[in-house]
Amino acid sequence: MSSKGNHITIKENKIFRNGELFFETERERSLKDFLKTAWKALKVKYPKFYKMDEISKLGMLAAEVLLMDEPQKSLAEEEVGVVLSNAHATLVTDINHWNTVKEDDNFFPSPAVFVYTLPNIMIGEICIKHKLKGENAFFIAEEYNEALVRQHINLLMAQNKIKAAIGGWVDQSEKEYLAEMFWETKG
Amino acid sequence: MKQVYFTGDNIISFLGFTSKENFEQLKSGNTGIRKINNPALYPEPFIASMVDRERVHHLLPGNSYTLLEKLLILSVEDALQNSGVDIRSDKTIIVVSSTKGNIDLLDDSMADRFEKERVYLWKTGDVIAGHFDNPNKAMVVSNACISGVMAINTAAMLLQNGDFENAVVVGGDIVSRFVLSGFMSFHSLSAGPCKPFDAYRDGLSLGEAAGTVVLSVHPPEQKERFVFAGGATANDANHISGPSRTGEGSYIAISKTLKEAGVSSSEIDHISAHGTATPYNDDMESIALSRHHLNSIPVNSLKGYWGHTLGAAGVIETVALLQEMKNSLLISTKGFSEAGTVEPLNVIAQTEKKVVKTCLKMASGFGGCNASLLIKKVRL
Repeated sequence: MSSKGNHITIKENKIFRNGELFFETERERSLKDFLKTAWKALKVKYPKFYKMDEISKLGMLAAEVLLMDEPQKSLAEEEVGVVLSNAHATLVTDINHWNTVKEDDNFFPSPAVFVYTLPNIMIGEICIKHKLKGENAFFIAEEYNEALVRQHINLLMAQNKIKAAIGGWVDQSEKEYLAEMFWETKG
Repeated sequence: MKQVYFTGDNIISFLGFTSKENFEQLKSGNTGIRKINNPALYPEPFIASMVDRERVHHLLPGNSYTLLEKLLILSVEDALQNSGVDIRSDKTIIVVSSTKGNIDLLDDSMADRFEKERVYLWKTGDVIAGHFDNPNKAMVVSNACISGVMAINTAAMLLQNGDFENAVVVGGDIVSRFVLSGFMSFHSLSAGPCKPFDAYRDGLSLGEAAGTVVLSVHPPEQKERFVFAGGATANDANHISGPSRTGEGSYIAISKTLKEAGVSSSEIDHISAHGTATPYNDDMESIALSRHHLNSIPVNSLKGYWGHTLGAAGVIETVALLQEMKNSLLISTKGFSEAGTVEPLNVIAQTEKKVVKTCLKMASGFGGCNASLLIKKVRL
């Protein structure tokens, strides 16, 4: 009742598009550096990218490569959903925010950091960039369960709420990161 | 598609530990929002509504659960009473809604009390499912301030599709230093108790609560039944921390909800809005409702009683909506006195008797997300 389109994997400073290596930098480079280099290589004019936290950038990068051939073009804005998941929510950004507020005499919270302490902000950023107004959901799970994400998308499609969706997993812990993203269409 | 019924519920907040206790306080117009002096949570006194934490630890003693976990467990325990649902059955799924979960565990002082992974929300799902011997992996929704409504919609969809027969949807968030300082830095907190939809509203008040709704495809014994008629989410695709000026996402979510329910907007007889009392949110909701020609329908926000309880909000406000429908009593918008939204609304200023059958719940949040759901009262 639905079919999987393109899929993207980003790990170890490499971007894979439908299983083929699409972009890479040296593995030793920081995630921050990798994200910046990869975004520049895509030649997308979107300065807002640089103010985002790392996990949102990771999700934005995956979505940008996923939607390169604009599969959403023939669909209405509200017909495309975004359903993502991960294990650590926004842990790295949470720790950044926490470090600015945990001590009374070293107290300097920043709204620009705090706003990114919600995992669905990444969905919001993707929706703004690609003009997607359909269903959203962010699930937290111990491990990536593609079946769970696809099931949610398929149920939304079966109820005629969306005709296509971005699904996947965008996770960042203090040690590593992984993005898996796919495009799913009805029929 | 299977019919889904609301068969049990609970609210734990400053105002009480059951739905009934909370509703009695709403009827009396009592708020849980007050000035709190707790330097561990914020260096200066702040305005919020918080649960009686001592009572929580008294009802569920011991150190094996965090404060949030205790709130969720107590809420589920109470909601299950008379719900007719066996939580240990493999036909029952637990869905947890929270924005920040056990975020207080980031503090060094908590490090030796709980294992590191306890701060992760999937672990919260495991802990709740484990406590109740539920054999299924709990689903965890974390989608800012629409988490509660989204969790109910998600659970209902699984039941409609026949994946499970029952769902226990539990939402909660605590007032923490993490969240308080973040909202303070955003300057989105009001100086006094929040004033939803009021001309002089100046921001939100934070709240701490947990709430549960039990859903089932098995109709309850009562002749008067409450059916989940539809629900949807949508994104503004406009701004991550400010709502759309056209109420776009909220408008779309309501459209899709009505479409699923097969209901026209003229059939709606009461609306429970998100109504955070920030200038932008309440204006946005007035625009979305106006686009649906719902300006004259009685609308309230209950944030003036509990504050904004984040991941609990959509759940406890849905429970209150069910109570309003059961009691044919529409609760006043605490804090509201003078109309002041960009589009006119019929804000409920005094608690009034009214029989209502088709009611809409709205929610919106950071990330441009919006959600709504529709409840119908049916009589056998």
